[in-house]
Amino acid sequence: MNSFDIIGPVMVGPSSSHTAGAAKIGNIARKLLGTPVQDADIYFHGSFLATGKGHGTDKALIAGLLGFPVDDSRIADSFRYAREAGMQYHMSGLDLGEVHPNSVKMILTGTGGQKMEIVAASVGGGAVRVTELNGLPASFSGDYPTLVVSNLDQPGHVTEITSMLSHKSINIATMQLYRSSKGGHAVIVLECDQEIPESSIRWLAHLEGILNVIYLPGAA
Amino acid sequence: MYQSFQKIIETEKSTGKSFWQIIRDDDCKEMDITPEEAFRKMEKMYEAMRSADASYDPSLSSASGLVGGDGAKVASARREGTLLCGSFLGLVMEKAIKMGESNACMRRIVAAPTAGSCGVLPAVFLSLEEEKHFPVEEMVKALYVSAGIGGIISQRASVSGAAGGCQAEIGAASAMAAGGVAFLLGGDGEAIAHASAMAMKNLLGLACDPVAGLVEVPCVKRNVIGAVNALTSADLANAGIRSKIPPDEVFDAMRNVGRMLPDDLKETGKGGLAATPTGIAFKANLETF
Repeated sequence: MNSFDIIGPVMVGPSSSHTAGAAKIGNIARKLLGTPVQDADIYFHGSFLATGKGHGTDKALIAGLLGFPVDDSRIADSFRYAREAGMQYHMSGLDLGEVHPNSVKMILTGTGGQKMEIVAASVGGGAVRVTELNGLPASFSGDYPTLVVSNLDQPGHVTEITSMLSHKSINIATMQLYRSSKGGHAVIVLECDQEIPESSIRWLAHLEGILNVIYLPGAA
Repeated sequence: MYQSFQKIIETEKSTGKSFWQIIRDDDCKEMDITPEEAFRKMEKMYEAMRSADASYDPSLSSASGLVGGDGAKVASARREGTLLCGSFLGLVMEKAIKMGESNACMRRIVAAPTAGSCGVLPAVFLSLEEEKHFPVEEMVKALYVSAGIGGIISQRASVSGAAGGCQAEIGAASAMAAGGVAFLLGGDGEAIAHASAMAMKNLLGLACDPVAGLVEVPCVKRNVIGAVNALTSADLANAGIRSKIPPDEVFDAMRNVGRMLPDDLKETGKGGLAATPTGIAFKANLETF
């Protein structure tokens, strides 16, 4: 902790969790998608649903999906910017079950036609956590360079990834493994202390048994 | 960050460094940056507060319609000279309300320590700078003093309304500002600590009871009492008055009070003003998705 956790961040109000956190979630989702958002189906849960309209959670989330940072004055007018960018969106409420009260689920389509489903929560003071990605559990903050690898559940993929990281002198901060079923579809989530070079990510994506690689650069 | 006033005061005595330098040097170590970089970073926060204050727009109102335009009313009463509190305190009141309203109306602000309490520090410091013509460097040092106090509060108690009630937002901001003002008036670590403690003692137990769960009522106007309370507490400390309960113990009491507060009074929008018939009616009229 340092002085700027106390005085700061500079942000668009009114709420660090319901406004700044929502903008941050939007930004992470856009980066994970890899292209601008063409279409967004947004489902608010709990306190996001109950007080989101009054806190501008909807505007902040759309602003984030457009790539606006948490202190961007355009947040209040984000709907207009979305229209200008040709971004479609639909918002409603949904009970997501036993999740954090400030949670949102989004089904996104990128301008390249790719789809992504994400559940994320604003956990306080502007900090956020992605809790589900494409139907599988996850847990990362978006503050670190993050690698999300989908692969077939078979031996060797963890070693492939960790040796690549070790070769590039990249330290792993946290690591999680999830799978849908034995021998089925698995997801590896790694938060790292250093950025991963693009060439290494491309190399990884072409390996046999690796289905998809998503890379989220660390927060500046 | 430091966890106690006692430790900072001891460091002040053993090294000869001022309160603000001790906090800044701790940041340098934590963030691996130079003292100059740290100072510039804090200066940017002060400048962001200044531009947020300057960009107040009285024509805006919040999403719920509950908040907006009051800053301009205080401003015109101050210009007309009808405020009992006089021109300086009037300016403090005006800036506090304006910043709270700007936050509710989705303008850019500096959370200090939270968005709901973002009006307290700028109201106090910007008004003092205007009134006493302090150089900007002194204001930045005062912000460092406030940050150090916020660090103590967040570790001994909390700076979140959901965890500690409004005493942890407006109360914390007021205690932070009081210490910063005590520093600007020439106070040492001892005076800073006691100004801060006296400010907190006045707001111990303050409920976080936002109408409809929004950062609007009573949050915006509470920025005024946080700011004015900081100034009176700093004046008391500077006059040589001391808190009979040692400052670190005051913030331990704050933690305990926060724990004892029922959840309905901790940002849930269920108790207090939120539970009044009018508060409930506002909530019922609120738009949802």
